[in-house]
Amino acid sequence: MIQAIAFYLFAAVVIVSAVMTIASRNPVHSVMWLILAFFNAAGLMVLVGAEFIAMLLVIVYVGAVAVLFLFVVMMLDIDFAEMRAGVARYFGIGLALAVALAAEVMVAVGAWSAGQIDLSRRAAPIDPAVPNIAAIGQLLYTRYLFIFEAAGLVLLVAMIGAIVLTHRERGGTRYQNISRQNARRPQDAVRNVDQPVGQGVQL
Amino acid sequence: MIGLTHYLVVAAILFTLGVLGIFLNRKNLIVILMAIELILLAVNINLVAFAAYLHDLVGQVFAMFVLTVAAGEAAIGLAILVIYFRGRGTIAVDDVNRMKG
Repeated sequence: MIQAIAFYLFAAVVIVSAVMTIASRNPVHSVMWLILAFFNAAGLMVLVGAEFIAMLLVIVYVGAVAVLFLFVVMMLDIDFAEMRAGVARYFGIGLALAVALAAEVMVAVGAWSAGQIDLSRRAAPIDPAVPNIAAIGQLLYTRYLFIFEAAGLVLLVAMIGAIVLTHRERGGTRYQNISRQNARRPQDAVRNVDQPVGQGVQL
Repeated sequence: MIGLTHYLVVAAILFTLGVLGIFLNRKNLIVILMAIELILLAVNINLVAFAAYLHDLVGQVFAMFVLTVAAGEAAIGLAILVIYFRGRGTIAVDDVNRMKG
């Protein structure tokens, strides 16, 4: 009973916040609704016992991606009001496409519940005695080690790509030239003079 | 009782809302990126639901990789958005024709 209540609560909030994400006039509000949607999707995942993915969702999306979105929304100086102008133009075709997609997925779900296609045996059966995180760790660091490394590589490339794309050389900034600094010796820079009194200094 | 079908329906609605969001916000690239995040979230919910239903952990591992790619996609997409805005002063998708594609 409590599972059903929790499921319907999380599912309803996910869907409502998804609607508000795409319908908000202000992109900052959109980001806030997106955060709510991700929190509740994490709740849905906890309900089926996928704690690790749920925590990852909260950490990665709410902690990183949503903040990134917020930064970009606030950095760009855009008049968001006039951006909503074309909504009515695309509403018809967008709604038609969305309804077609939803109908297709419903057909697929109906076919699934009518009798599943018998796929091959389980690749990694869940052992109820092993905690979720331990089981995922064992799987990830043995069988899927190379894919895991590849995922790390994807993140590295994304990071380097984002830095390279947005990096900008500014004129008028002075940088430290370390090799020149180290090559400088006292005899090049300092001069001892025996200065006569009353003659002024020559620079 | 809550079954797999419930999860599939929630994921389907989320996916559809994401697609609708792309169409509704044709002028606002940031909200389009958020709609793509919604679509990937729907995919993740599907993967996790099937993993739980079939008692197979591979679905959860796969959901993690989807999460990785989604994070990278958001970072690169927002970086492209920022340099595009720097050059053109707008992020309206309708005006994106610099490459004449």
